[in-house]
Amino acid sequence: MSHFEPTIIAFLCNWCSYAGADLSGTSRYKYPANIKALRVMCSGRVNPLMIVQAFRAGADGVVISGCHPGDCHYSQGNYFTRRRFILFRKFLEFLGIDPERVVLSWVSASEGKRFADLMEELTDKIRNLGPLKNFTPLETEARGEINDS
Amino acid sequence: MRIGVYICHCGINIKATVDVAQLSTFAEKLPYVKVARDYLYMCSDPGQNLIKKDIEEFKLDRVVVVACSPRMHELTFRKVLESAGLNRYLFEMANIREQCSWVHQDKKSATKKAHSLLAASVHKVALLEPLTEKEVSVTPTVLVIGGGIAGIQAALDIADAGYKVYLVEKDPTIGGHMIQLDKTFPTLDCSACILTPKMSEVGNHPNIEIISYAEVADVKGYVGNFEITVRKKTRYIDETKCNACGLCVSYCPIETPNPYNLNLSKMKSIYIPYAQAVPACYVIDPESCRYLLKKECRQCEQVCQGLKAIDFKQKEQAITIQVGAIIVATGFDTFDPKGKPEFGYALYPNVITGLEFERLVNSSGPTMGEIVIQGKKPKDVVFIQCVGSRDKTVGNEYCSRVCCMYTAKQAHLVKEKIPHANLTIFYMDVRAFGKGFEEFYNRVKMEGVKYRRGNPSEIYKKGDKLIVKAEDTLLGELVEVEADLVVLAVGLVPSKSTEEVIKLLKLSRSPDQFLLEAHPKLRPVDTASDGIFLAGCCQGPKDIPDTVAQASGAASKALILISHEKVKTEAQTSIVNESLCRGCGFCVAVCPYGAIEPKMIEKAGEVTKVASVNDALCKGCGMCVPTCFSGAIQQKSFTDNQLLSMLSVLGEKNVSF
Repeated sequence: MSHFEPTIIAFLCNWCSYAGADLSGTSRYKYPANIKALRVMCSGRVNPLMIVQAFRAGADGVVISGCHPGDCHYSQGNYFTRRRFILFRKFLEFLGIDPERVVLSWVSASEGKRFADLMEELTDKIRNLGPLKNFTPLETEARGEINDS
Repeated sequence: MRIGVYICHCGINIKATVDVAQLSTFAEKLPYVKVARDYLYMCSDPGQNLIKKDIEEFKLDRVVVVACSPRMHELTFRKVLESAGLNRYLFEMANIREQCSWVHQDKKSATKKAHSLLAASVHKVALLEPLTEKEVSVTPTVLVIGGGIAGIQAALDIADAGYKVYLVEKDPTIGGHMIQLDKTFPTLDCSACILTPKMSEVGNHPNIEIISYAEVADVKGYVGNFEITVRKKTRYIDETKCNACGLCVSYCPIETPNPYNLNLSKMKSIYIPYAQAVPACYVIDPESCRYLLKKECRQCEQVCQGLKAIDFKQKEQAITIQVGAIIVATGFDTFDPKGKPEFGYALYPNVITGLEFERLVNSSGPTMGEIVIQGKKPKDVVFIQCVGSRDKTVGNEYCSRVCCMYTAKQAHLVKEKIPHANLTIFYMDVRAFGKGFEEFYNRVKMEGVKYRRGNPSEIYKKGDKLIVKAEDTLLGELVEVEADLVVLAVGLVPSKSTEEVIKLLKLSRSPDQFLLEAHPKLRPVDTASDGIFLAGCCQGPKDIPDTVAQASGAASKALILISHEKVKTEAQTSIVNESLCRGCGFCVAVCPYGAIEPKMIEKAGEVTKVASVNDALCKGCGMCVPTCFSGAIQQKSFTDNQLLSMLSVLGEKNVSF
C-alpha cells in the first residue's frame, strides 16, 4: 500500500482555479503528478454525473475548484457549485464512496502557491485513504445480473 | 474523421520533463489520429506552418496541440486552423507545460500524465462540432470610473480621438489625490500647476461629460453594450445655475473639517473643495448643514436670490448611460498609520502622514505653505519610511513604490523652507528606480539629510520633544533621535470604493488586494472581463508618470474596442435540444444573464413550452447544464458527452459511458 499512487481529477474553472494552476506552473511550484485537470468555464458547469464518471473511470479522488465566493466570473456559478456539492456528498455515501474523496476548494487566479499546496495536501489525503475499491465490484455485480437474466 | 496531434517541446520547457518523442509515438496509435508530430516551438511560424501544411496534405478535420495553457495560445492555433480553412472550434489544447512539465520533477510520472492529458484531448476533439461567432453592434462611448490623474488622462485620450466619455467621480470635483500634492518628484514640478490645465480641459471638452459627486450603482450588459446606472448624490445646488461666486460661503454660519486639507483646516458647510475645482460648483455638506440637520438657517439660499442656484428640494438622481467599454481608475487610499500604534499617530499631533505633510507644505494648505506644527517651526524633523508597506504585520507585503521618493522630496522641501533644520530619514532600503530618481536621491543626501538604516520601534514623548527610537542597522547600535515633527511615509492601499467596483464589475484582486490584470506582463491594462480596463493605482501602487502611461494604454485598449462597429460574441454558448426539453424552467432560473427564456413550440402535434437561449446574452458559463434533468441543454464545446469522454481517459481505466 505504501506505493499506492492515486489518480485525482481536478475540475477547474477557467477564470480562477485553472488560471491559479497555470500561475503555479509559471512560478514553478511543484506538486505531485497524480493531479489531472479538466477545464470547465465555470465550476457551476460540473455535473455530479461527471464526478461519478471520474470515479467509474478509475479516479481515487476528485477536487472541484472555482473562484472564491463573491468573485465568480459569472456572478453566482460557484454558489450553485457549493449547494450542489453539499447535496452530492449525501449521494456519494449512498453510492458507497467515502465523501472525503471529493473536495471542494476555492483558488483564485493569483493563488498559484495555494493551488500547489492544496494539491500536495490532497494527494497525501487520498493516498492515505487508499485506492477506491468499492466501486468496481458493485459495477461487475450489476453487469452480472444483467447477463444472468 | 482525421485528427492531427502536435506536441511542442517549448525549447526545453516541456522536453526536459516530458518525453515528447514517446508522446508522439503514443499519439499516432490513438483512434482517428492520422498524423502526430513533435516540434521545437509549435507557436513559431514554422510550427504554425507545419500544422497548416498537414491540414491541407492529410485533409485533417480536427487538431490537437499539446503544449502550454490554452489561456496562452488557444487563439494563436485557432487562427491557424481558420487560415487553413478549418472551423476554428474544431481544436483542443492539452496543457503539458504550466500543468505538467513546470510543476512536476519526475520525468516518468510527468510523461505518464502527459499521455493521459493528450488522450483526453483527442477524445474531446473527436466530439467537437464547428461553431460560429455572432456579431453584435458596439456603443461607441466609454465610462471612466474615477476622476484622478488616471481617469483624467484616459478620458482626455478617448475624447481627443473623437469618442464620447462619461467620467464618473465620487467627490464633488475631479482631481483625485494628485491635486493634494505639493511638488512632484524628482522634477519638483508643482502638482496643481501641471494638473489643473488638464482638469479644465476635461471640464471644457465637448466629448466629456463629467458626472461628479456620483457613484456607479449598477452595471448590466456585456462587452460593447454595457448599461450603467449612476447614482448622483445631492449637492443641493443646481450645477447649471451656480457661477461659483462664493457669496454663500461668507454667510454660512457652520464650520466643519475640510477633507481636501485632510481635516487639518476648517471649511464652511457650503463649500467648493478648492478654487480650481471642476466642475466649479458649490456643494452643501449634509453632515453639517444647519438647515439639513435642524431645519433652520437657509441663509445661503437668501443671498443667492439672484441666481436661485441653491435648491434644498434637490433629490438623489439615477442616471442611465450606455457605453461600449469601461475604464476603472479608482485609485488608492493612503495606509492608516493607526495600524502601527508604536508610531503614536493620532496620539501625538506632531506625528503626521506624508499626505498631511503635502497639505502642510502647500501654499493652498492650512498654513499657506509654512511648515508650522503646533504653532512652531520644527527644528528636528524625522521621516519614517515603509509605514504600511513591506510589512507583513499589517498584511501589506508589497512595496508602495512612491514613498522613498516622496520622502526624499519632502526632506528637500523642508531644507528649502527651514534651511537649518536637522533632518533624519529612517529607511529599510532606498528604491530609486525611476528616471532621474537616483540622481534626485543623491542630491537630497548632499543637501545634508541624514539617512539612517533601520526601522523605528517606538516613538515617545520627552518634555516638548518626541523621541524616535530605532536600531541603526548599519552601525549596529540603538539610536534615539529627537523630533519636533515626525512624518510617516505611509504606503498605498486600494481605495475604499474598490470593493464596490469589484462587486459591480466582477473583477478579481491580486494577493496585495489591488485589482488583478489579465496578464501581469502582456495584458497589464486588461481584466479577465472583456471590455473592462484598468488604469492607475487601482491595479497597484505607481507614480504619476506610470499612471499617466497606463491610463493612455487603457484608453487605447478601449478605443480599439469601440472603434469597431461590431464585436464578436461568445461562440461556446448553450444550446437546447427542443425534442428533449420538458420545459421545466430550471435552466431559466439559474442563468445569471437572463439569456434563457421559455418559448412555445409545436412538438408532436402539441404546443409545448421549451427553453430557448439568446446567443447575444449567453456568456458560455454552462451553469444551466447540470440543472437539466433530460440533458436537453448543453454548452457547446463543453457538452456532457465531450467531458465524460475526457474523464473516461483521465481516470485511466478507459471505461465507456
